[in-house]
Amino acid sequence: MARQQLQTGSTLDGFLIGEKLHAGGMATLWRVTRPGIDIPIVMKVPTILDGDDATIIVGFEMEMMILPRLSGVHVPRCIAVKDFAQQPYIVMEYIQGHSLLKTLDEAPLPPDRVAEIGAKVAVALIDLHRQNVVHLDIKPSNIMMRDTGEAAFIDFGLSRHLSLPDLLEEEFRVPMGTGPYISPEQVLHNRSDVRSDIFSLGVLLYHFATRVRPWGLPKSSRALRRRLWRDPVPPRKLRPDIPPWLQEVILRCLEPDPTLRYPTAAQLAFDLQHPDEIRLTERATRMERAGFLPTLRRRMKAAALESHPREPGEQSTAAAPIVMAAVDLSEGMERLSAALRLEVARVLGSTPGVRLACVNVLRQNRIAMNYPRDEEGRNIHMRRLVELKEWARPLKLDQGAATFHVLEAADTAAALVEFATANHVDQVLICARASSNLRRFVGSVSSQVVAEAPCTVTVVRLPQGGETSAATTEIAAAITRT
Amino acid sequence: MRIAFLSDIHGNREALDACLAHAARVGVDRYVFLGDLVGYGADPVYVVDKVAEMADEGALVLLGNHDAAAVSGEIGGMNQYAGEAIRWTHQELDDAQLEFLSRLKSSATEDDRLYVHSEATAPNAWHYVTNAAEAERSLRATDKRLTFCGHVHRPQLYHMTAMKPAVYFKPPPGQPIPLVGNRKWLAVQGAVGQPRDENPAAAWGLFDTDKGEFTYMRVPYDIETAAGKIHAARLPQILAARLYIGR
Repeated sequence: MARQQLQTGSTLDGFLIGEKLHAGGMATLWRVTRPGIDIPIVMKVPTILDGDDATIIVGFEMEMMILPRLSGVHVPRCIAVKDFAQQPYIVMEYIQGHSLLKTLDEAPLPPDRVAEIGAKVAVALIDLHRQNVVHLDIKPSNIMMRDTGEAAFIDFGLSRHLSLPDLLEEEFRVPMGTGPYISPEQVLHNRSDVRSDIFSLGVLLYHFATRVRPWGLPKSSRALRRRLWRDPVPPRKLRPDIPPWLQEVILRCLEPDPTLRYPTAAQLAFDLQHPDEIRLTERATRMERAGFLPTLRRRMKAAALESHPREPGEQSTAAAPIVMAAVDLSEGMERLSAALRLEVARVLGSTPGVRLACVNVLRQNRIAMNYPRDEEGRNIHMRRLVELKEWARPLKLDQGAATFHVLEAADTAAALVEFATANHVDQVLICARASSNLRRFVGSVSSQVVAEAPCTVTVVRLPQGGETSAATTEIAAAITRT
Repeated sequence: MRIAFLSDIHGNREALDACLAHAARVGVDRYVFLGDLVGYGADPVYVVDKVAEMADEGALVLLGNHDAAAVSGEIGGMNQYAGEAIRWTHQELDDAQLEFLSRLKSSATEDDRLYVHSEATAPNAWHYVTNAAEAERSLRATDKRLTFCGHVHRPQLYHMTAMKPAVYFKPPPGQPIPLVGNRKWLAVQGAVGQPRDENPAAAWGLFDTDKGEFTYMRVPYDIETAAGKIHAARLPQILAARLYIGR
């Protein structure tokens, strides 16, 4: 391998090497510039010592595979990648912002801050998982908060692209990850579950909320395995001011069995953005760790799991979608909203793990936008919420499987689109009224939602002139976020 | 440069035409045929003529075991159905077509790439690569970083670093895979004309030398017509039936 001594002032493939930003055991980071590139960029060069440490090389190979295939605001933009034939390097965007590691100094943070940070990281995970990548090393030092507000991940050396060969999987016999944050399934060498990132985010939230790491700083692989069966001290025991909903969220992320965690980052982000809607379980109020007998049972279960590691790849990122039903509760819409409910029931029946958000828009007068939320206003709002729950009652939903939202807005369609976007909804179901002169004149809410929603939209109609109540549906374009 | 790899056409005109049309649509600069133009299928004449014509225009064409058998008429260790098809194919081809096949080489190299029908240890012994150990033997037998082969009719991808055994990866169709890094890669192509990975669609491969990416392509084709011709030629029925199920 021909290697070239890099120093400030030298050039490599047109990149002018600037200041050395960081020299670590794994890589050296140089600030670089090149004419024609108008964003700040850095060159990451793997630290290859004479012993050629396989971990460093393979980690760099993984990053070379994954980073150029990622896009969006939640990752650094990849500018150039150079293979091992010459001097290997990756040139990428220098993210302007601060590392979450710095924020850790301020821990314990107030619950609202923890939820805000958690929601931002969860939103970044949604984007990463949608690009078929599991990060597998979520920790404060690998998360940058951009000056523009978004969370962005750095360092994909332990990551897994679910459609590409995993160069790390067969390479190493030791679990790959960072001790305090590594998920139980990574400890068991399963590197293909998106819920591993949700576990690590749970560790991060626990740490931010309590200033304590749920399993400390494990130094041995025996200590690493404790998280397979030992539950952490409930955060509220450490800090009684943590609200039950936040403990619910954190402990759900930290479930050793991935099927008991949030199935997707989108569902986690949803809860962190709507704390009032979180269904509280025993987790929320737990004040003690599990006793001797339950712990013993878990330990035996974990031992069985260790001898038969789960087959990887069972969980796909398309699982457990968030479905939004836009319900029109106005007079004369009863048959149509019943048809919508039938369609919602079909979706719920055919897709496991659906999270349903029932949304109704309370229209505000465009002119008197800022009318006070007086008694009467609150009454109207509450009545709508009751009606919305009544609409959903025949669906016989489990508690916690649905949330109810009454939005107040002047522009119904815009409010629905905004809700779908902010909550990373996967599918919107909405009614369309039969054609009328009025609709032709003012345009329809459903067609605006179809045009502007960032996801699949199913439009429910009643057959014209027919007496049957069966809905006819059309699937509108599925526009995926890039 | 974008290189199309086509392997194991096996006299299947419909599958070949579908792959070539797809390759033309996605854009290809060079064609490499990795052997077994004939055998099994009912259109050896069309396929040999078509590939010979492309060879005149710069395509690289390698020899497969069925091509060698069709030239000699000797069926060696082939199974009964393959043997019947080879005897029939030998009769169908004229002297010029047999002459074209007889001139084919069994391997070739280009930059950091080895092209071969079977594998690298003994290209004329027609060994199969069906697992990581066999892939590793082939990878250790060449100093080229990338090996492209066929022969097995099942898309497979292997990668290996100097000090470690080879590792298998089941490549998803249509997904560009970067063959990068400090390691060797062996890409076993699926078959154009007789897929055996339970996916009946015709298979070909695209390698982009600039991006270092390889993509396993799958193309649906008119199986009914290809199978009908096998029946009409009174070749063994199983050779038609297996096209529908890709086995």
